[in-house]
Amino acid sequence: MEDMLFYDRMQFAFTITFHYLFPQLTMGLSLLIVYFKWRFLKTKIEKYNDAAKFWMKIFALNFAMGVVTGIPMEFQFGTNWAKFSELTGGIIGQTLAMEGMFSFFLESSFLGLFLFGEKLLGHKLHFLTAFLVFLGSWASGYLIIATHSWMQYPVGYEILENGKFVLTNFGALFSNPWLLPSYLHNQAGSMVTSSFVVAGIGAFYLLNNKHNEFGRLFVKTGVVFGLISNVLVAFPTGDLIAKNVAKHQPVTFAAMEGIFETEDGGSEIVLIGQPNMLEKKLYNKIAVPNVLSFLTYQDWNAEIKGLDQFDPDVYPTNIPGLYYAYHIMVGLGTIFIGLMLLAAVQLFRKKLYETKWILLALMFMLPFPYIANTTGWYTAELGRQPWLVYNLLRTADGASPTVSAGNTLFTLLGFIGLYLLLGLLFLMLAGKIINKGPQLTQH
Amino acid sequence: MELFWYIVLMTMLVIYVILDGYDFGAGIIHLFFGKKEKDKKAITNAIGPFWDANEVWLIASGGVLFFAFPTLYASAFSGFYLPLMMILWLLIFRAIGLELRGQIHNRMWEAIWDKAFGISSLLLALFFGVALGNVVRGVNLGNVVDGVSTHEAHYFFLPLWNPSFSPHAEELGVIDWFTLLLGVISVVALAIHGANWIVFKTNSDINDKLKSVVFNLNIVLVVLVVISLAIWHIIDSEPMLNFINQPWLCIFPIIMVVGLFGLFKVKTFKKHGLGFLCSSLFLFGGLASTVASIFPKVLPSTNTINPDLTLYNVAAHEYGLSVGIYWFAIAAVLVAIYMFIQYKVFSGKMDDVGYGEH
Ligand code: HDD
Ligand code: HEM
Ligand code: HEM
Repeated sequence: MEDMLFYDRMQFAFTITFHYLFPQLTMGLSLLIVYFKWRFLKTKIEKYNDAAKFWMKIFALNFAMGVVTGIPMEFQFGTNWAKFSELTGGIIGQTLAMEGMFSFFLESSFLGLFLFGEKLLGHKLHFLTAFLVFLGSWASGYLIIATHSWMQYPVGYEILENGKFVLTNFGALFSNPWLLPSYLHNQAGSMVTSSFVVAGIGAFYLLNNKHNEFGRLFVKTGVVFGLISNVLVAFPTGDLIAKNVAKHQPVTFAAMEGIFETEDGGSEIVLIGQPNMLEKKLYNKIAVPNVLSFLTYQDWNAEIKGLDQFDPDVYPTNIPGLYYAYHIMVGLGTIFIGLMLLAAVQLFRKKLYETKWILLALMFMLPFPYIANTTGWYTAELGRQPWLVYNLLRTADGASPTVSAGNTLFTLLGFIGLYLLLGLLFLMLAGKIINKGPQLTQH
Repeated sequence: MELFWYIVLMTMLVIYVILDGYDFGAGIIHLFFGKKEKDKKAITNAIGPFWDANEVWLIASGGVLFFAFPTLYASAFSGFYLPLMMILWLLIFRAIGLELRGQIHNRMWEAIWDKAFGISSLLLALFFGVALGNVVRGVNLGNVVDGVSTHEAHYFFLPLWNPSFSPHAEELGVIDWFTLLLGVISVVALAIHGANWIVFKTNSDINDKLKSVVFNLNIVLVVLVVISLAIWHIIDSEPMLNFINQPWLCIFPIIMVVGLFGLFKVKTFKKHGLGFLCSSLFLFGGLASTVASIFPKVLPSTNTINPDLTLYNVAAHEYGLSVGIYWFAIAAVLVAIYMFIQYKVFSGKMDDVGYGEH
């Protein structure tokens, strides 16, 4: 039983982590492609259309990976979390079915037209298909996050005698106070990824003195979008979710921030430290007094409950993991803002394209938004433990009763092998497209 | 309300089979008849802009199943764990076979992904037929051993096969001679369907050959269908009951037969779409007849202790199902519009789309 749960969790964590590597770029990049196409329609400068065409190639590859890794996600609720599906399907099935009907059809129908239809459709209609693909992917994110928000903060439900959750208020699923901050934060996070990808590849071209015209366009676009989205990630969206967590999941908040003991007269904010679960304290702590209280409640002296105030039975199951995930995300977020600010200043002074070390930094930063997004999700998911539906259904009670540990281990290994292959192929092909670079249309 | 969603779900599944069915079929044809580069191109061009959207019908059907019949979703997906995972892996291979082939021009690279596409299409067609066979045959709900349920009444788990390959064995497996027969029918039917689609959408050199392939395979199909009907009563003791009580249901088998015999005229059809229409009718009629014969069961129980799963005892709660109708109606209209646009833009023969060279 224990083993079974462990492998179920590992499989879910592995497959969803891998899946989310792709949609974050899909969602962010689709907006940037819409931007390039729009600039082209306005200015009629071919460069913008060529840029859109180049990113379309990466987008198509990335999208295909998102689709093939997304289908197992949809199946896994039933295969590995049968009890959870049976009990809550009437509610989360609602938003998941809507995702299929509203966004996947939209995306996939117009993606074909977007990729193959430029000549058939003309520029205006082609722009429209790009826009619809963007709309589909953002709608998909919205409905998934609506589902996820319900698991974090269940609303509009009733529990029957047989343990089944039934929906009593459809509108509540979408006016869930958890949803909007989470969605906006997540979308800003995916904009961060795509900005770094665009800027990083632009920097790669400039540093190699290849495709310079595109290199400059990409770096500029990436830095401008990157600065905006990085600021949005921290404020207001990051701040808002943190407040939600503090309000609705106080024990998660304490663990995430590394607060083992309640402090009189306001809590400090921990910048660095290593949790020690035996002694219930942080090693090598660097902290600033009272700031956390202020950030959370706008009051320097507000009390924030530490872990000592809660029953260990409801502690998040992996406190160090949660703490590190959260601090890595926030730490990276801070570094991103710093780097993008510097780059923006140089851009404004018209020196960015010659400032080699910033270009190098932009290029090497490319993988880090993926880490920030992943650790962000780990914060959310580890923070929810030991619950599957917060305070209502334990993770241990959601797994499939008849699928044994051996079977799940087998399929987990299968997924690891298959995804390793997919990852390698993706990198190889993306590398090939990037190396070839955008093609300038000659007049 | 349950009935409404049942009809919606079945309709979506039939649409899925008809649409993605031609993709599988094209894959099978590609495997056996795609010899020259030009023919292979024609085959993949024929499904190029469509297959991704076709697959969404599966995902969306899964979503609707989850939402409207959560208990069935939970029971069947965990019970058929292993075959479903294999279906997932095959879907992944098929998709990357199609997507990645054109990315690098190297003979070996292309050959590997061609085979990946062809073989996974063939196996998928087989597995979907086997799956249908399992639903008709039923499973040991509650995993009853020696007259005692070892799990809740609506849960079960099936290994891939049992040593005797018999649909009557004490311990059932996913694959036995009955489910395998349906699997083979599915492969043959979808190969025909795929060939018809290629004839319809391309001017490839192998079109004439494909027409005789359809003709010959159709003979095999008729034989297999007759065999399966002859032995159906071994699996389901009263296969005709629903049709006798509700004679109007006989429209489904009639549609199936019309499609089946229409296919024999494939060589003389003036309009290339007619062959495709016939195989679609066959698939629709065949699936609908099968589903109608076990109605209202959705997963029969092979033991006498736990009751069958029917569309009534697996459905979600009333309120959720009724609000669902509103958004579903809107979504259905939108989907119809998308499909119209998509097929309009890519109407006619697909020869000059140059799929896979973006
Ligand atoms: C580029 C990515 C990225 C960056 C730089 C940040 N985040 Fe984040 N964060 C995410 C990407 C992300 C995410 C992947 O999008 C998550 C996971 C769940 C969600 O809705 O968003 C998330 C979750 C998440 C949560 C957990 C919510 C929960 O428990 O459900 C909090 C409290 C924050 N974020 C707060 C912040 C703050 C204060 C940041 C300051 C800079 C920050 N994030 C930077
Ligand atoms: C892309 C973003 C996501 C990532 C990286 C992610 C990550 C994880 C991780 C690491 C776990 C394992 C936690 C543990 O068992 O300790 C998990 C569990 C789970 N997550 Fe997420 N998740 C994501 C999005 C979602 C969404 C959108 C949903 C719901 C629609 C969801 C539903 C679940 C479920 C059902 C489990 C299994 C039960 C559990 O172990 O808690 N996840 N996820
Ligand atoms: C457990 C949760 C999840 C499930 C069941 C799931 C399911 C799926 C499926 C089935 C697809 C393929 C759709 C197609 O055929 O077009 C897909 C793609 C996608 N998913 Fe997920 N997904 C999950 C998590 C997430 C998360 C957390 C996000 C973002 C917030 C996300 C955003 C997307 C997007 C934008 C796409 C389309 C673009 C792409 O394929 O890259 N998904 N997902």
